[in-house]
Amino acid sequence: MQFNSSMPWWSYLLMGAGLLAFIALVAQSIWRHRGVHRSLFASPYTLWMIVFTVLPVVLIAYYAFTDSAGGFTLDNFRAFWDSNHLMREQLRSAAGDEVAATVVRGSVNIDTLVYSLWMAFLCTAICLLLGYPAALFMADRQMKLGATIVVLFIIPMWMNFLLRTIAWMSLLEDTGLINQLLEAMGLGKRQLLYNQGAVLLGMIYNFLPFMVFPIYTSLSKLDPRLSEAAADLGCNSWRTLYKVIMPLSIPGVISGITMVFMPSVTTFFIPRVLGGGHTQMFGDLIEAKFLTEGNWNVGSALSLVMMLLILISLSILRKADPNGEGGGIA
Amino acid sequence: MKKLIAALLLIALLLPAAALADGVVNVYNWFDYIDESVLEQFEEETGIHVNYMNFTTNEDMLVMVEANPGAIDVVFPSEYCVQRLLNKGLLMELDFSRIPNFSQIAANLLDPSYDPGNAHSVPYMWGTLGILYNKELVDEADVSTWGVLWNEKYKGQVLMMDSIRDGMGLALKYLGYSMNSTDYTQLRAATDLLIQQKTSGMVKSYGLDEFKDKMVAGEAALAVVYSGDAQYAIDLDEEGRLAYAIPEEGSNIWVDCAVIPAAARNVDNAYAFIDFLCRPDVARKNVEEIWYCSVNTGAIELLGEEYASLYVLNPSEDIRARLEYYNDLDATWLTVYNTLWQEVKQAN
Repeated sequence: MQFNSSMPWWSYLLMGAGLLAFIALVAQSIWRHRGVHRSLFASPYTLWMIVFTVLPVVLIAYYAFTDSAGGFTLDNFRAFWDSNHLMREQLRSAAGDEVAATVVRGSVNIDTLVYSLWMAFLCTAICLLLGYPAALFMADRQMKLGATIVVLFIIPMWMNFLLRTIAWMSLLEDTGLINQLLEAMGLGKRQLLYNQGAVLLGMIYNFLPFMVFPIYTSLSKLDPRLSEAAADLGCNSWRTLYKVIMPLSIPGVISGITMVFMPSVTTFFIPRVLGGGHTQMFGDLIEAKFLTEGNWNVGSALSLVMMLLILISLSILRKADPNGEGGGIA
Repeated sequence: MKKLIAALLLIALLLPAAALADGVVNVYNWFDYIDESVLEQFEEETGIHVNYMNFTTNEDMLVMVEANPGAIDVVFPSEYCVQRLLNKGLLMELDFSRIPNFSQIAANLLDPSYDPGNAHSVPYMWGTLGILYNKELVDEADVSTWGVLWNEKYKGQVLMMDSIRDGMGLALKYLGYSMNSTDYTQLRAATDLLIQQKTSGMVKSYGLDEFKDKMVAGEAALAVVYSGDAQYAIDLDEEGRLAYAIPEEGSNIWVDCAVIPAAARNVDNAYAFIDFLCRPDVARKNVEEIWYCSVNTGAIELLGEEYASLYVLNPSEDIRARLEYYNDLDATWLTVYNTLWQEVKQAN
């Protein structure tokens, strides 16, 4: 169970095969075009994909379906459904059947997953509510402030997200800036940190730009003559907004939802820092499996379940934006 | 992969030393865990070149030592890792006639459960697990028991350690069990206690390193910490509000040791280095650099009154008798501890 940290022998084989396939592809391209063709410039990216995307996914799948000795097993998925499964099996041999029988089904993993999905949903919904008006404002050509707001949204992203999150901590803590202000105004201290609200705040703060920018892009690409035509035909500005502008910005919205939802579900670190470790999210759980417990197999199974869920939600979203107009992320 | 990287790193580290093949000792210690001038002094006195390397976690160290037999001559694992290395047969049995200064090691650290008779390990630094509290907010009488962490008076004021062994361990101790319990009923009871503590809103946050600064800032009334962090926070707090206590039920004692891997190549030099570290004047320098509890009676004498008055680093004989080492748990019980702790972390 402890730190099975060496990769299986065939992973090196796979790497070698990938490399050979890559070289063969490059050679074939040169041969067919009798020289360097434009498509050849994509080859560094192809190599990158093979080494850093395909291989890790294959390894995750391998670990998810094997035990610590390397034999095929579905136990890791059983451990996902019943978080006490491994413990019960271990206790059966160490303490006897009677003790093992007292261990009920553990719902830690499922509960964490459901909680993560709920938090991600809340975060995405609030980001959309805040982000759409902001994007409208930024894209409005009559608004001189628009460009300034774009810059204001971008500047915080120059900083690392860990730093930004830790900065929230010193704002929210009991002796922090906001509480000092509240006290000075005679309103008294309030516990702002270490609860679900603080986690949600941290997530929204970090992911809001990913909602605003895709919507902003699709709004600023809109032909202004469309809303002018709507006005000519007797639409007031509210009607123009929800009959013309909103339907045409759907691809940007879909793209924004995807870009906020995905990192939200897999969030880790924010719950630990702003939530005080009271609540875990699925990302924290996976991290604990790999780093604290050294159990790569169950950790991989959890990651695989996570990837599957994201894939399903992406394919649903794709139906709403079949032409990939919102940047083709969904 | 980790092993491969570890091996490459080690080769890179060892290259400059290869030229001096004979008079070399390869030392692998925790990061920031020695007075560097001690290394120079050793080189001057003995003519043996010290090839000094660092690690930051026991787990990194284990991977490196296992992957590179013969590359390291002296290494400093924590007590449970001494046990693990010992069980894997990776440690050399020590010949104490070659470590005359071993006689300086404090009696309470001798013949420990993790290595009977100290046959393979020489203690280097030690410490305890306890409670750092704010005297203005907490009644001193209350911290005589781990129960203070469940005391309704301090609701929402407790900083709990986000660490499996320490978290489970203190709950086990509070219930009167061993911190190394391998009895499912006891572990279940400890888990339920921790869940009750969490759901009743006692805990302000779960964390690790940030506690010392939070306590100095007055963010909480009580925190579970290691003695080294407690001393650091008490020194940092100018208003003198902080104090440290080890509850009467007992607590954990940890020891980092010097050991020689069974495959070590420069055994003579390794003995010379370990004996050198046990010399009172050298041990004193190291304590003054890192301010952990000293294992060395001679050094404690040299450090004098000022050091002896630090109660955080010098628990009384009475308390020492109630401290317990962590055993290296086998895979079964590791799984049980991990699973139960996850249940605590998820409880709401």
